[in-house]
Amino acid sequence: MSEKTYLQAISDGLRLEMRRDKRVFVIGEDVGVYGGAFKVTLGFQEEFGPWRVIDAPLSETAILGGATGAAIMGMRPVAEMQFADFISCGWDHLVTVAAKQRWRAGTPVPITVRLPSGGGFSGGPFHSQNPESSFAHIPGLKCVCPATPADAKGLLISAIEDPNPVLFFEHKHLYRRIKGEVPDERYTVPIGEARVHQEGEDVTLVTWGAMVYTAAEAAARLGDVSVEIVDLRSILPWDKEAVLGSVRKTSKVLVLHEDTHTGGFGAEIAATIAEEAFEDLDAPIKRVTAPDTPVPFSPPLEQAFIPQVDDVVKGLEELVAY
Amino acid sequence: MATGTVVEVVMPQMGVSVSEGTVTKWLKSVGDHVDADEPIVEISTDKVDTEVPSPGSGTLSEIVVQEGETVAVGTLLGRIGGEPGATAPPPPPPPEPATQPAADEAMASAEDGVRETPKPAAPEGNGHDRAFVSPVVARIAAEHGIDPAAVPGTGHGGRVTKKDILAFVESTPAAAPPAAAPVQSTVQSTPAAPPATPQADEVVEPMNAMRRGIAEHMRRSLDTAAHVTSAIEVDMAKVVAIREKLKPEFQRAYGVNLTYLAFVARATVDTLREWPWVNAELRGESIVTHRTVNLGFAVALEGGKGLIVPVLKHAEGLNLLGMARGVADLAERARGKKLLPDDVQGGTFTITNPGSFGTFHGTPVINQPQSGILGTYAVVKRTWVVQDERGDDTIAIRPIMNLTLTYDHRLVDGAYAGGFLRDMRAKLETWGESDY
Repeated sequence: MSEKTYLQAISDGLRLEMRRDKRVFVIGEDVGVYGGAFKVTLGFQEEFGPWRVIDAPLSETAILGGATGAAIMGMRPVAEMQFADFISCGWDHLVTVAAKQRWRAGTPVPITVRLPSGGGFSGGPFHSQNPESSFAHIPGLKCVCPATPADAKGLLISAIEDPNPVLFFEHKHLYRRIKGEVPDERYTVPIGEARVHQEGEDVTLVTWGAMVYTAAEAAARLGDVSVEIVDLRSILPWDKEAVLGSVRKTSKVLVLHEDTHTGGFGAEIAATIAEEAFEDLDAPIKRVTAPDTPVPFSPPLEQAFIPQVDDVVKGLEELVAY
Repeated sequence: MATGTVVEVVMPQMGVSVSEGTVTKWLKSVGDHVDADEPIVEISTDKVDTEVPSPGSGTLSEIVVQEGETVAVGTLLGRIGGEPGATAPPPPPPPEPATQPAADEAMASAEDGVRETPKPAAPEGNGHDRAFVSPVVARIAAEHGIDPAAVPGTGHGGRVTKKDILAFVESTPAAAPPAAAPVQSTVQSTPAAPPATPQADEVVEPMNAMRRGIAEHMRRSLDTAAHVTSAIEVDMAKVVAIREKLKPEFQRAYGVNLTYLAFVARATVDTLREWPWVNAELRGESIVTHRTVNLGFAVALEGGKGLIVPVLKHAEGLNLLGMARGVADLAERARGKKLLPDDVQGGTFTITNPGSFGTFHGTPVINQPQSGILGTYAVVKRTWVVQDERGDDTIAIRPIMNLTLTYDHRLVDGAYAGGFLRDMRAKLETWGESDY
């Protein structure tokens, strides 16, 4: 056990898997010589050589196409998108080929796609998005969004081990800001299992990724209101039972995500609660999300865009007063 | 503008289930001085009619809700203080463009860049008031056979929250969950009828809150219970004799008027102990029997237009004097509009006494959710066949009173009701002077 940043934990998990399993290799823009835009793979090329840490051309289509082919041939590629926003270039390979191959031909496609995502540092519309809900709509994919260093490492190892294509959304704003105790040895965190970040009685707050910390800060500010924070960790598959169980206890729910509002994954959670726990609700399900616009560059505008502690406090207060 | 502090007079919450009230009479006019706690306005709700004490001293400066209007609890009725009429709403403005000063003012405030947001601190509740029942509250209410309207609400607009109803369940152990959750059909109020247009020879007047409450309750009771009425004739000779003797004594010693009703009530309480299902209710799939008798008395108001049923709590602990005093107190407070919300709640059995008009029989409607209602009728001198000392039949003149028990046949069967009436009669016919 040692204290690591979120970024170090990801790096640590990836290194362990590459040491353990020769089929695991890394491919992405600047991942080799440069060590990755965020330095997750710093020193990897020295240790594993250029054939296992491949600097790809500036083409997400090529990276994901190559990874898909390699996976079908029995490799375990870990593809890095320099920013999650650019995954759209590889949509066809991921959605049309990788996600469907197992259904069409019975071939496993064990790709892990690492997706540095999220805003909070004025990255603007192309370097700040959280596109997880687009992929949560695709049967055949898995999507994970860890919030803590320990979960980041354990979920990355699970993703690499998984026979399906797994999108690993790692939040850039957490990279060096969040530290935590991480076991040194290899371990896995099961995909599809939520974690209760803090227990509570009055309101359930469902969230994931960087918003877990916004949620915790808001809950701390409320003082006498007891908020249960459910960190989903995975959104496809997502831990329905954990959410429904908490809702049955508190009867009031706030769903918080950094992604935009319409069609965001919060909508799926809200709909499921309405379908399966309607008779346990004591208030309308509330969503706190980004508005339906691209992410702005300007710092004050970006602050207005990304849900802030104040927004969550207000939402929680409204639910409590309802 | 206004000088001095303005105090708002609002429609009070008269009992937990009351959501609206009607202003029946303003006791002060605009410009009148009013002292704190002095009655300022008379209101009528479906539970009680009462006077509202003034929340402050000063001059009644504005009447917002006029007599005859029905408004939700918490609605502003009027203002005390400030300049008379200063804040009174002007008559509806004619539809013409804003005057120049008003436009200037609007411009000025826009230029200030400070926009006033007179938003309430409370969150918007989709316009739901306490009448809105959330899914979880509806489910808990159905599981425990509770009327959510009976639960004090602490949510937005007085809404009953899950915590409220759970606390209520906790505090009422009698409301144990039935084996199977019953599906409660809540009878909605009468479907909206088109407004009555007066024809020639017709007089149309609006129903007040009490009338609406009675209408809804009577209909709901008949839709709920299987009403059956049994009657019995009681020779009241002994009660009459004892009453004649005790009456002056009660008057002199206690200032209490000893009525026949007190005797009947006393006998009722005792008989209910032997026939507990008459002092009971059906709650979902369960029969709930009450260990205590909270005796309701139907009291007619306002020349027969209106009815209220104040409740004498724990009547099983009262002797004849206590009963007589309790009945007199409730009747007096009912007619003086001095009843408190608690006085009209929690009844377990009801007595109605239309006998004072000389009627000798009736079929009253049960006060839900109770299982029976006792009717007492006029004590009338009748020719009666009795046995003389030698055991021979002979005709005598006796004071006879009819008693009816209207019962809910879902719970109480004819034989059970008959037994109750027989024992009532026995108690009244064999009343001893030293009894009770």
